[in-house]
Amino acid sequence: MTVFGMGKHGNVGVKTQGFATPLERLRDVDVAVIGGGPAGLAAALGASRAGAEVVILERGKRLGGILNQCIHDGFGLALYKESISGPEYAERLMDDVGREGIRVETGAMVLDLSADKILRVNSRSGYSLVRAKSVVLAMGCRERTRDMIEIPGDRPAGVWTAGTAQNLVNLQNLRLGNEIVILGSGDIGLIMARRLTFEGMKVKGVFEILPWVGGLERNVRQCLSDFSIPLELTTTVVDICGRDRLSSVVVSRVDEALKPLAGTEREIPCDTLLLSVGLIPENELSKRAGVELSPATGGAVVDEMFMTSVPGVFSCGNVLQIHDVADWASFEGFVAGKNAALHARGEIPTRGTIVRITPGAGVRYALPQIVRRSAAGVDLHFRVTAPRRNVWIEARGSASGTIFFRRKFPRLLPSELQKIKLTTAIDEDLEVAAHD
Amino acid sequence: MEDRKTDDLFDVAVIGGGVVGCAVLRELSRYRLRPVLLEKCFDLGEGVSKGNSGVIHAGFNVRTGSLKARANIAGLKAIYDLAAGLHVPYRKTGKLVVAPDEEGRRHLEELKAQGDRNGTPGLEIVNAEAIRKFEPAVRGKWALYSPWTGIISPYEFTIALAESARRNGAEVRLGRNVTAAESKPDRFVLSTSSGPVSARWVINCAGLWADEVAGMAGSADFRVYPYKGEYLILDKAAGDILRMPIYPVPPRDESSLGIHLTPTMEGPVLLGPSGEYVDDKNDARSTRPVMDMLKAEAFRMVPALGRFPVIHAYTGLRPKIDGPGETGGPADFVVAESDRRPRWVNFGGIESPGLTAAPALAEMVVEIIGTKEALSSKDGFEPGLPDLPRFARLDDGARAARAAADPDWGEMVCRCEHVTRAEVRTAVRNPFGANSLDAIKRRTRCGMGRCQGGFCTPRIVEILQAEGLKPEDITKRGGLSRLVFGRIKP
Repeated sequence: MTVFGMGKHGNVGVKTQGFATPLERLRDVDVAVIGGGPAGLAAALGASRAGAEVVILERGKRLGGILNQCIHDGFGLALYKESISGPEYAERLMDDVGREGIRVETGAMVLDLSADKILRVNSRSGYSLVRAKSVVLAMGCRERTRDMIEIPGDRPAGVWTAGTAQNLVNLQNLRLGNEIVILGSGDIGLIMARRLTFEGMKVKGVFEILPWVGGLERNVRQCLSDFSIPLELTTTVVDICGRDRLSSVVVSRVDEALKPLAGTEREIPCDTLLLSVGLIPENELSKRAGVELSPATGGAVVDEMFMTSVPGVFSCGNVLQIHDVADWASFEGFVAGKNAALHARGEIPTRGTIVRITPGAGVRYALPQIVRRSAAGVDLHFRVTAPRRNVWIEARGSASGTIFFRRKFPRLLPSELQKIKLTTAIDEDLEVAAHD
Repeated sequence: MEDRKTDDLFDVAVIGGGVVGCAVLRELSRYRLRPVLLEKCFDLGEGVSKGNSGVIHAGFNVRTGSLKARANIAGLKAIYDLAAGLHVPYRKTGKLVVAPDEEGRRHLEELKAQGDRNGTPGLEIVNAEAIRKFEPAVRGKWALYSPWTGIISPYEFTIALAESARRNGAEVRLGRNVTAAESKPDRFVLSTSSGPVSARWVINCAGLWADEVAGMAGSADFRVYPYKGEYLILDKAAGDILRMPIYPVPPRDESSLGIHLTPTMEGPVLLGPSGEYVDDKNDARSTRPVMDMLKAEAFRMVPALGRFPVIHAYTGLRPKIDGPGETGGPADFVVAESDRRPRWVNFGGIESPGLTAAPALAEMVVEIIGTKEALSSKDGFEPGLPDLPRFARLDDGARAARAAADPDWGEMVCRCEHVTRAEVRTAVRNPFGANSLDAIKRRTRCGMGRCQGGFCTPRIVEILQAEGLKPEDITKRGGLSRLVFGRIKP
């Protein structure tokens, strides 16, 4: 762990409460990257290679974030053109971070971020303030809980979110139970179904409330089908039973409005329930800084440089939008980090005319939501609302009707984040829609 | 763990570690007595005391002349100073009972008159404009404003009372289920799950099980009917638009105070409770129709709360001693020495406002014992507890100083509520040996935030192992509620 020196820019404008000498624990840096997972590591590399002095603030004991517990393969296909495990993927990025000489603080949690980019950081080496010229938000996401989806019933031990369970199994060598039910077909749930089967636990079924799978198709094949683990769509858990430890769950089929269908309930004895029911970008710090958030993504509203509504604050990875592969979170990180470095040097205009990109029919969201007028070569991310075959994706100027992009896709799934390139300069607001 | 000296004679055994039992134990610890508290669960406040709204009541909802009214007002006068001395966070928020129409207003006038008679300070009927001024998000035409109502964490208060009692020499034994009571000329011998305990006096504060415990001594003068109340907890952001508890005009049958909205010290807002007699004293189930109903009722009074997500659901059981269908209004508190069994004192039907009344009810025990024997005060009774700092409430300077002095103050365990390893360590080493996840949660707030333990649980599992627990001994709430089944590979 590198502890870096005291600030050299004075303490003008920094309000602290109760510090004897306010300067004592204030440190200055060009770019502060919050989070050292696939996005944050890449952002630090992007910023450092663009000439900035960078610090990574990672709350975990080691760099890598959630990659450390993802011991399965499938990482790196896009970035390194080979399939490696999560820890191996993290290690490659960490090696680059080491080669760049980037300063790293682990076990360091950022507790507060202000609009003028003052960070409050706590770690075993002390509580301190960091003042950054640019900040990259790369905090990742958290899991939706039992309570957010309001499953009624008892409150026994043995009910876990899938990622927390993955930590206990893969990092702490703990046996969750003997008979497992998984609600939700997100990727972590699918991966855990296979993992627990490997460890001799009986996975009795994966249940998904929607009529389609939440995770990647390859994961359904490799994690469920190959092990004959049943998958039931349009089915959810409607009751949790067991006073001390989970003893059973009740599953029920649902109607088109996703309401349980009376008479279809079925009790399944089990001692463990895993929930893989969605991820939420973790934007508490972004809100503290006044960053505008998108209700559709749960992440920041960003421009094509991944800059948020707060000048000098950038966002990438799962804190910006939920990704299905880590490589794409890293791609965002490289770009966001580089632009954060440019901003720290005053080389990015924070004003100027902008156009907006909005989702139209059949499209859940499009990102970036804002583009600087005349920017060409913008990478546009989008997700569809439901599975579609032979569907046209069209980006159309709202005022003139000009087509900026149009292509037919043989198959699109809500679980797969899509990326397209808008080659021409954009000079008006755009709507991205899906048509048959 | 077996009790070492099973033939020891205590002066007083308190059965039940809820708020009343712990208040009684603390009150007894003022005197030259040897008291012990026996609790069947693996932490204090695991029953009625954790499943309520955490409201300090000002005494206008209870019938004039009742013990409920006297104890409520006396408790109100004591509880704020008591909480301050024990360093239990509380806030005198004030409260609004909101009426949508003129008929409701007449009911508010009756409540105000009752409160005035009881001695509730400062009650006022206010109009819609005043409501908006107090709480801009609340919809209502008239309201009863009670400036002395407040909020407190009921489990933190309960635990602090027990810690204070222990500091003054009282003993607390968790995981001791009393299964039988033998009456001897000079003592009672209580059979427990870990051997017998003898005491000259027994104070039955067993809450939902008070009738069964009383029955062990042949003094069952009442029956406890569990009355279930389900709650939902809204995200802490909801606390920004609600400062004080908001109640509807209570139902005419006085069975409950109606579904209300209660802010908590850290921001999350409680919705509830529902009210329903159930058969099972362990029934802690949340149910779909009630969850939907709670939201509908609450959002009618404060529509703006509808945009905040639910972060948790919980259930409480009120130990009613008036059964379903009984007329004549709610039963009064029962605090009495048994006619048939001298030196055996029963508490019955301590539901709302039992939390507020607890300090006053505890004093009644001393009065009862005092009629039979001379009690002499102990020298050096220490009324307060040391202030355990919470990282989340410290300013920058205090945080820096603590983290510099002890790196455990620099290690964040809970991301949502900003709890450090130092605080978890202190909680794990609590004097009662309560080391379940829920025990740590109630002492630190780890797991009470938005992520509901997703982040902190693996870390706490690590800390508990560092503190000497085997993985299979880590539980959610003690007993059979084990979290994991040991290690995968040896």
